[in-house]
Amino acid sequence: MTAANNILPLFIITSLAGAFLTSLVGKRVKWFPDVMGSLTTFVLFGLSLSAIWLTNIHGTLVYSVGAWKPPFGIAMVLDSLTVFMLVTVNLVAFCVAIYSINYMEKFTSKWKFYTLFLLMLAGMNGVIITGDMFNLYVFLEIASVASYALVAFGTEKFELEAAFKYAIMGTLGSLFTLLGIVFLYSYTSTLNMADMATVLAEKGLKNIGLMVSVLFIMGFGLKAALVPFHAWLPDAHPSAPAPISAMLSGVLIKSLGVYSLCRIFYSVIGITSTFSSILMFLGALSMVIGVFLAIGQWDFKRLLAYHSISQIGYVILGIGLGTPLGILGGLFHLFNHSIFKSLLFLNSGAVEYATGTRDLQKMGGLAQKMPVTGTTSLIASMSIAGIPPFNGFWSKLIIIIAAVQAGRYGYAFWAVLASLLTLASFTKVMKYAFMGNLREKWNQIKEVPFFMKLSMGVLAFICVVGGVLGLHSVREVFLQLATKTILEGVKYAEIVFQSLQ
Amino acid sequence: MSKEHEQGMSLIVKTITRLTVGLILLYGIYIISHGHISPGGGFAGGVIIALSFVHLMLAYGKDTALRKFPKKAISFVESTGAILFLSIAILGLTGGYFFLNFVSKGQPFRLFSAGIIPLCNIAISLKVGAGLFAIFVALVLLKLNSEKKE
Amino acid sequence: MTVYFLCLVLFSLGVYCILRKRNVIKIIVGVIIAEYAVNLFFILVAYRMNGRAPIFSRKAEIVNMVDPLPQALVLTSIVIGLAATALLVAIAMRIYEKYGTFDITKIRELRG
Repeated sequence: MTAANNILPLFIITSLAGAFLTSLVGKRVKWFPDVMGSLTTFVLFGLSLSAIWLTNIHGTLVYSVGAWKPPFGIAMVLDSLTVFMLVTVNLVAFCVAIYSINYMEKFTSKWKFYTLFLLMLAGMNGVIITGDMFNLYVFLEIASVASYALVAFGTEKFELEAAFKYAIMGTLGSLFTLLGIVFLYSYTSTLNMADMATVLAEKGLKNIGLMVSVLFIMGFGLKAALVPFHAWLPDAHPSAPAPISAMLSGVLIKSLGVYSLCRIFYSVIGITSTFSSILMFLGALSMVIGVFLAIGQWDFKRLLAYHSISQIGYVILGIGLGTPLGILGGLFHLFNHSIFKSLLFLNSGAVEYATGTRDLQKMGGLAQKMPVTGTTSLIASMSIAGIPPFNGFWSKLIIIIAAVQAGRYGYAFWAVLASLLTLASFTKVMKYAFMGNLREKWNQIKEVPFFMKLSMGVLAFICVVGGVLGLHSVREVFLQLATKTILEGVKYAEIVFQSLQ
Repeated sequence: MSKEHEQGMSLIVKTITRLTVGLILLYGIYIISHGHISPGGGFAGGVIIALSFVHLMLAYGKDTALRKFPKKAISFVESTGAILFLSIAILGLTGGYFFLNFVSKGQPFRLFSAGIIPLCNIAISLKVGAGLFAIFVALVLLKLNSEKKE
Repeated sequence: MTVYFLCLVLFSLGVYCILRKRNVIKIIVGVIIAEYAVNLFFILVAYRMNGRAPIFSRKAEIVNMVDPLPQALVLTSIVIGLAATALLVAIAMRIYEKYGTFDITKIRELRG
């Protein structure tokens, strides 16, 4: 048991070591940041794949940092939901790191980019893996502050304004989270998540449960860009450089926002029907408002950012339903959205690399000159719109069926409507950007360099075969276990204490 | 004599600074090394060390301060502090656990006790001190560059 | 009880500053005030009646002490707040360079 446990700190050690070594050596040796970035993310991806295998054999793994046993020390917990999120985050990070080898040539000081990128990745991995409330806050802040700096990376006018808005709202969200943690600590006198779940189950929730839940919905909802806390997203995600937009929209809002909400509401506080309804209502609101605001957009990346809000609404709707099928659909859609939204942002980055513009009305017929970008963009658009047999269709179908089965016909109707409007919006994107006639000023553009093509190709391949994750036999290994972990609810505490023995 | 007085503050401030800067640095080192016995520790001591360099820069002007602690040295010290902290944590793995307190813990209330905590304090103070001074230098140089362009 | 209430009043003052002030620097000061209020609240939660400072030394006896854990956590939180504030100030200085003003009603290039 002890030998398998040692994998847990390796996630944090690898990413932090990569970030610090890049900041030390990177400015003197030219090729070091690229190699370190790709190598670190590759090692992390390999570790997360082996973690799937380890949890299937051993069950939940718990690691006590510094040999202090919980509840006195910090614990790191690796259960199936953790493994699921780790695979998603590290896969997207690996593809983005490879993409940045070519894309960031246009910016100065690549080593600063890779240091901040690896720090953000360390923060995200830490949030997913930790089993201690204040440790969650610390890693949340590491990832957030690194992302504020990354959004402002190019220091153009609009990037600075977007970064300022994002930083102020993000800091405010983190302060609400900290206030919630303070209230919970004063009520339960412990910081360990499993211990807190036990104490809350004994003492009962009373009024403080309501206040803490509202504070956490505000704090983590702001990180996850739920409507009405979404106002920073349409400015921050387009202004960042394209690989960072892919990371922000693809994994940051999910691991800091949605995963933390799941962990706290299902495993620590215990879900009640009031909060199910609130989550479902906010999810449906995000779905509809996101897609209505996206229809009138002509800036490629701003349109993609509004669609992020809408798709996160789907995920929260699925998770808020509380039924096993609903949670399965929500988690499946989370994985799929990471893949195809990152692919879409990388495509927009490729278009900007080749043509220098993001305005859809100025583009046209780019698919003739850039075949790889055009094909992958077509695959990603069909995924997000929910066309079979790509992976977006299966997850949306599961969410809609779960809503109908639970008797929430209204929510199912809004989900179908939002899906149709997404299809319309992406038909517009494909028509204006890639199909149609080529304008004269784009006659000289070429396809993007090799590494960018490679990472886009890998993500598109996963889009095509991703539907297979919904198949029964594959589901047992990956998604169903994650769903079961959420459904265990407050039995999380017993599982953690059992694994300690 | 006249070249020295073009930058920085008046003669009185410069004389007092020459006397106190060393004492401030020494006080910072005292707080760091006694971090496991009395309040303070790595972060507070690091801030005081950064403050001594900031004091030097305020009183004498940026050229003198940057000659004492050049910009390349600042980033090197900062990264070294971070890597030192991470390697102390990784060395705990030899005892079996990440971050394990593996150095011998002497008797309580002595200076050489409590395992890895004084080493961690030193690493943190390097990073925090260099980091704060780097933030100060970056903001001041940004303002000076933007003023020079106008 | 009134002490906790006053801490939360300070927090809402900070949030009011963020929401209503027009100068970028005043918004940053609002963030600092709100952060300070949350840290203060955290330490006040740890107080025990008639407790003394939680420091061991050779001569003192072990009597009622206040809770030392939030004091360590607040130290971490102050450092995090410092990092976020330093980043905000650096962004604000560069905004002044590019836009020429600190008024947020005039910094509205991103619309739609």
